[in-house]
Amino acid sequence: MAEEHKQIDALTGTATTGHEWDGLRELNTPLPRWWLWTFYLTIIWSIGYWVVYPAWPLVTNATQGLFGYHSRAAVVEDINALHAMRGPMMQQLATASTAEIAASPQLIDFARAQGRVAFADNCAPCHGAGGGGAKGYPNLNDDDWLWGGKLADIEQTIRYGVRSGNDKGHQGNMPPFKDVLKPAEMSSVADYVRSLSGLSTEAGVDLKAGQKVFADNCAVCHGDAGKGNREVGAPNLTDKIWLYGSDKATIVQGLQQGRGGVMPVWEGRLSEPAIKALAVYVYGFGGGEK
Amino acid sequence: MTQLEELVRQSEVKAAPPPAPPGGDDIDEIPLYAARRKIYPQSVQGTFRRIKWIVLLVTLGIYYILPFVRWDRGPNAPSQAVLIDFPNRRFYFFFIELWPQEVYYLTGLLILAAIGLFLMNALAGRVWCGYLCPQTVWTDLYMAIERFTEGDRREHMKRESQPWTVETYARKGAKHFLWLMVAWWTGGAWVLYFADAPTLVKDLATGNAPFVAYAWIGILTVTTYTLAGHMREQVCLYMCPWPRIQAALTDEYALNVTYRYDRGEPRMSAKKAEQLKAQGERVGDCVDCLQCVHVCPTGIDIRQGSQLGCIQCGLCIDACNTIMAKLGRPRNLIAYDTDLNIKERLEGRPSTYKPIRWRTALYAAIIAVAGGIMIYTLATRGSEGISVIHDRNPMFVRLSDGSLRNGYTIRIVNKQLKSRDFVIAVDGLPSTLIDFVGLPPRADGRQLVAVGPDQTKEVRILVTDYSNTPPAASTSVLFSLIDVNSGEVAQVRDHFFGPEGK
Ligand code: SF4
Ligand code: SF4
Repeated sequence: MAEEHKQIDALTGTATTGHEWDGLRELNTPLPRWWLWTFYLTIIWSIGYWVVYPAWPLVTNATQGLFGYHSRAAVVEDINALHAMRGPMMQQLATASTAEIAASPQLIDFARAQGRVAFADNCAPCHGAGGGGAKGYPNLNDDDWLWGGKLADIEQTIRYGVRSGNDKGHQGNMPPFKDVLKPAEMSSVADYVRSLSGLSTEAGVDLKAGQKVFADNCAVCHGDAGKGNREVGAPNLTDKIWLYGSDKATIVQGLQQGRGGVMPVWEGRLSEPAIKALAVYVYGFGGGEK
Repeated sequence: MTQLEELVRQSEVKAAPPPAPPGGDDIDEIPLYAARRKIYPQSVQGTFRRIKWIVLLVTLGIYYILPFVRWDRGPNAPSQAVLIDFPNRRFYFFFIELWPQEVYYLTGLLILAAIGLFLMNALAGRVWCGYLCPQTVWTDLYMAIERFTEGDRREHMKRESQPWTVETYARKGAKHFLWLMVAWWTGGAWVLYFADAPTLVKDLATGNAPFVAYAWIGILTVTTYTLAGHMREQVCLYMCPWPRIQAALTDEYALNVTYRYDRGEPRMSAKKAEQLKAQGERVGDCVDCLQCVHVCPTGIDIRQGSQLGCIQCGLCIDACNTIMAKLGRPRNLIAYDTDLNIKERLEGRPSTYKPIRWRTALYAAIIAVAGGIMIYTLATRGSEGISVIHDRNPMFVRLSDGSLRNGYTIRIVNKQLKSRDFVIAVDGLPSTLIDFVGLPPRADGRQLVAVGPDQTKEVRILVTDYSNTPPAASTSVLFSLIDVNSGEVAQVRDHFFGPEGK
């Protein structure tokens, strides 16, 4: 080692570190003093950190630091501060009706912001991030509402759900017809239902027969004209919106095994302000009814 | 090899004698640190010093005074010519008002600054360092204060080498006091760019200013005092990345402060030169008086050739010219020149300076294009703006009657200092209807959106295509924002989506 260190760069007269790369040698230039001191200071500073903050892992715990600082406690504090800050507005959300919220310029902005978060946390898994829905899960942006699309209707549905087991929730479902109707009947009624919303049917299909099956079995819920019934959540079959799909196979499948999607109860699981905020937010998707 | 070249070769070695390895003969004892060699730059007079004084006065003058310059913008806007208004997210620069959406002007400025630096470098090396760099300017001011309180080089060194007297302490005290005053005022001026200056001065004086103002003044006082008073050339040598970058960017045509060794060597005292000359021998013009070294703010010897430590301030040129004038020898033994030129002259060719080269032309072109674009967009930008975000989920909605609907979030910007009413129109679809979510429809069917003075407003609109022919997967649509009173229009293109192939 010492031998290597003895090499002196001819041009500058400075000693080299002895390291060589393809004939290039590194000069051993001492650091400026202030630089070195800055470096030492950072080391001392870090020791201060060990003392003041929790730092060293022990077997079951860690050193606690001088002032008992705890990042978890800091988060809790932040959250509490946030709640305190939002408190008054939350209070108003809790007491005002959804109609009042929608009519107040300050409240509605706050409610929408709260609703956006609550929706992403609770509703988006089924209805999609923007309420776009999916097969079997209604699109909340369109103008078709199985159980009503007024602000109060939406609030009611969120609160008590659909086929949720709650007394105040929406009831009624599409029963399975596989033991009631013959395959040919199901086929003809499916064709008839498609024709109701203007979808094409195969040539030579007997729509009259389908209409008869419909009148005998389906009109009870869906109405004579197939316009649906919100009391029991029977969809309007004459519009262009199909919750499960409009192809014949899907319709026949629905006839065979019935349909009955479930929307859970949110009252009790979400706070009062959150439910109202959600109703206002969902209404704002653009599908809500006046 | 010519005789002159041979001479130069010898003198080059002589000009840079290998310093003794640190720690004497036992080179294993390399010190852990190098104590800073204190530099006592001597005062100097001449062209470049004068330029430096002018630049110093102008730049510092602008920096300290600019916050107090007023600019009348009417009742709803601040009347400060240059203001960075963080709470309201605005930047005011005389007649220009920039919004957060327009930060790309900042990008443009950074491009201009970077290429400007490159151009400067291609023309004349590190002139930025020598004249304009804040570190240089403040250090220069601090050195002037130092000379004022502690005397010029010789007096200062003498006083420090002798036992310190009350006077020494008094002079040092005065120096640090003045340094701190300058540092404090530097920090003070900085915060004035972020608030109404006269009000803030009053608040600062009465202790009512926000804590951050005091904190920033404190930070900048400490950094100015440390960097300009104590670190000085070490910032240029150890901390600043620019010397490294510029070394990679420069070429042999760039002017640098250069010791013309072809003329200066062999150096010798004036007396000896006389004798040798009488004997008909060739002598150099440098009399080894070390004036160029004594005036150098970074403490280097320019006669060792161009080097990282040189900030191109030209003070050694002034110093040497003074000596040359005294000796009756031609000026500019040290000058802004290039090694290439020296070589040309040694080979008997005239020296040239080529300011127009591919490199400089390219830099100038980039500057012209970037600057031109900025000026054009600044001059033609409207006082209203519209930006559109299409709903992503769902991309489109089918309504019960089969028509298609797309949702958009629209941000309207009103840069005027009065409230304005806008309507929004959508073109590109056969038959459309626009709904504003949350805004009650008006009787005449037109939906007005009011935006307050100097504000933005976000509205959500639903565009429904009622045509019976469903649009293709994606149709280009044009959103127009129209000021109903003045008729001014801002437009932006976006898309209307539909189910593909159905
Ligand atoms: S060598 Fe000359 S130009 Fe370079 S920093 Fe020193 S005085 Fe300035
Ligand atoms: S000031 Fe000029 S003459 Fe004096 S040492 Fe420097 S280069 Fe030589």
